[in-house]
Amino acid sequence: MATQKDLDHITKDDALDMLRRMIRIRRFEEKLSVLFKRGKLPGFVHLYTGEEAIAVGACSALRDDDRITSTHRGHGHLIAKGALVNRMMAELFGRVDGYCRGKGGSMHIVSFELGIIGTNGIVGGGIPIGTGSAWADSHLGRDNVTIVFFGDGASNQGVFFESMNIASVWKLPVIFVCENNGYTEWTPTAELTAGNIVDRSAPMGIPGEAVDGNDVVAMRLAVERAVSRARAGDGPTLIEARSYRWNGHNEGEEAFAGAYRPDAEQAEWRERDPIVAFGERLVSAGWMTRDEWDAVDAEELSSVDAAVEFAEQSPFPDADEALLHLFADDSEGVR
Amino acid sequence: MNAQSTTTDRSIYFIEAMREGLRGMLTEDENVVVIGEDVGRSVIGATRGLVEDFGPMRVRNTPISEATFVGMCVGAAAVGLRPVVDLMVGSFFYVAMDQLADQAAKLRYMSGGQVSLPIVYFTASGPSGSAAAQHSENPHPMLMNVAGLKIVMPSTPYDAKGLMVSAVRDNNPVVYFQDFVLGGTRGVVPEELYSIPLGVGDIKRHGTDVTVVAIGAAVPKALRVAEVMEKDGVSVEVVDPRTLVPMDYDLILESVTRTGRLVVVDNARLTCSAASEIVATVTERGFDLLKSAPQRVAWADVPVPFSPPLEERVVISDSDIVSAIRAVLA
Ligand SMILES: Cc1ncc(C[n+]2csc(CCOP(=O)(O)OP(=O)(O)O)c2C)c(N)n1
Ligand SMILES: [Mg+2]
Repeated sequence: MATQKDLDHITKDDALDMLRRMIRIRRFEEKLSVLFKRGKLPGFVHLYTGEEAIAVGACSALRDDDRITSTHRGHGHLIAKGALVNRMMAELFGRVDGYCRGKGGSMHIVSFELGIIGTNGIVGGGIPIGTGSAWADSHLGRDNVTIVFFGDGASNQGVFFESMNIASVWKLPVIFVCENNGYTEWTPTAELTAGNIVDRSAPMGIPGEAVDGNDVVAMRLAVERAVSRARAGDGPTLIEARSYRWNGHNEGEEAFAGAYRPDAEQAEWRERDPIVAFGERLVSAGWMTRDEWDAVDAEELSSVDAAVEFAEQSPFPDADEALLHLFADDSEGVR
Repeated sequence: MNAQSTTTDRSIYFIEAMREGLRGMLTEDENVVVIGEDVGRSVIGATRGLVEDFGPMRVRNTPISEATFVGMCVGAAAVGLRPVVDLMVGSFFYVAMDQLADQAAKLRYMSGGQVSLPIVYFTASGPSGSAAAQHSENPHPMLMNVAGLKIVMPSTPYDAKGLMVSAVRDNNPVVYFQDFVLGGTRGVVPEELYSIPLGVGDIKRHGTDVTVVAIGAAVPKALRVAEVMEKDGVSVEVVDPRTLVPMDYDLILESVTRTGRLVVVDNARLTCSAASEIVATVTERGFDLLKSAPQRVAWADVPVPFSPPLEERVVISDSDIVSAIRAVLA
């Protein structure tokens, strides 16, 4: 765990904002779980509960104009990067006020204003894309960096190795953040994945760092180090963040998945709740009282409720919008 | 053609015409970059010499990682570059299909139109004589089905240059196919920069008895056949769509209105070929115009084999085109 000195390196305002975002992600995801069970969500969702410290720690080390690419389990990355819960909720409801006017849904939320080049329905699909935005930024002489988020499962895709290779030889300002939550769908990572993922950076000649993904401060500091290397033109970094997802691979998995995770394992990781751990540190540092913590939680909970209301009131897009947005400029429409 | 008189008779190779288009675009817009395997030297030739003028950052060699560099262009284009990729051989698209079909083609659509992705993926493709199954593919029909990719397939050096300029200026992912065997063909190409709009076909030869729509390397074959059949009193019109997405159906239907007969020649496998799509669309939209059932000329539904007589058996020949024309005239 990062020390008190590490915490002091972060300003109080920053720290409180990080806690708030972690809580926002948790409450947003919990709401989705309920909505899914009630049959209120079209499609399906992969929730980020338990892994909040990774996204928030990583994105808190970025500037607003830095970029991320994300995954099928992307709601946490989006909120950490500044996405509004009401527009996210509207997207998940397929409504016109969603970030993509209802065209994308959970696995394709994109917001270029926020530097979110997209969640992705293809495991590993975002890795080359984020490597490419880093290429463009360095080619055009900008100092922006890109974080590529991906899972332990995605670490076995060819594009991961290819992207590390090209990022290394081209010295690209990209940070590969692997979220190792111990499972690839319903199979333990160890059954599918050779060695330690973090060690895969070594033969590529790029620094690798293993981080406790439940410690938001440790995550922040590791990504800060990677960001300063990237901005200085020293190239990419691989960070493997170890954590655990509390919910199923996708909501509704109990219909078919069976008991694939030991109860004791689940209980142990819930004991290590990254939000509780961080909140308690802030309380003991005297940066926040328990009442203030509760108040933040209540605010975030009600903002998520308001987001559901916003989404329900937002209209569906006109059905003919299905034929729009294929091509830019002159040739809007299918043909 | 609006060429100046000083340059009208200048004849160059198809591959040089592509290169002139690329050179023009690299000069016009400093955000244009060309990447690919050995683009500095250029096996096929379209990028040869460009690195000397534009430097190794704008004409940049990539590792052999097609999936990754095809996908990198999506992120790069989203934040301001205009990448042009030399994929070298048509089959190599298959290595990069996710990044092409799921990412490049879909990101604008999925995001509700938030972004435009100005990318060109160009490649040599199609049979070139015993290149065998993995170096003879023409995957344009597959890519026409993706939705979100514009597709260009020129047949003359003049079109090759003008379409390259339009492809690079276009704000969408454009796949540009150079039929292998056309690379060494010559034609008149103006020295100055000009563009040919995407989605506008061209009548390469006027005729009155039958419309032959021909694509890429099938165009010179169709023109050769038309000349021979002229002597037999058959007047063949040859229509070159030049762009397959968007397709100039107006031009094709207008031609069929005059001739009443249709043959489509596609340098690709028959099933779900561009020829199939064109015949289906003309039949739907112009059934009453047709005096006979349209014919498709395309490859047998097998990979392109190595041994010369085997390859010849599979790919399209002049006599296949003649037979199809005779069939629609019968
Ligand atoms: C190319 C591809 N293969 C398979 C899938 C189906 N799939 C969705 S999520 C997933 C597991 C991903 O595991 P990991 O990368 O560890 O991410 P996690 O779900 O654990 O966050 C799979 C196999 C997919 N979406 N894309
Ligand atoms: Mg996983």
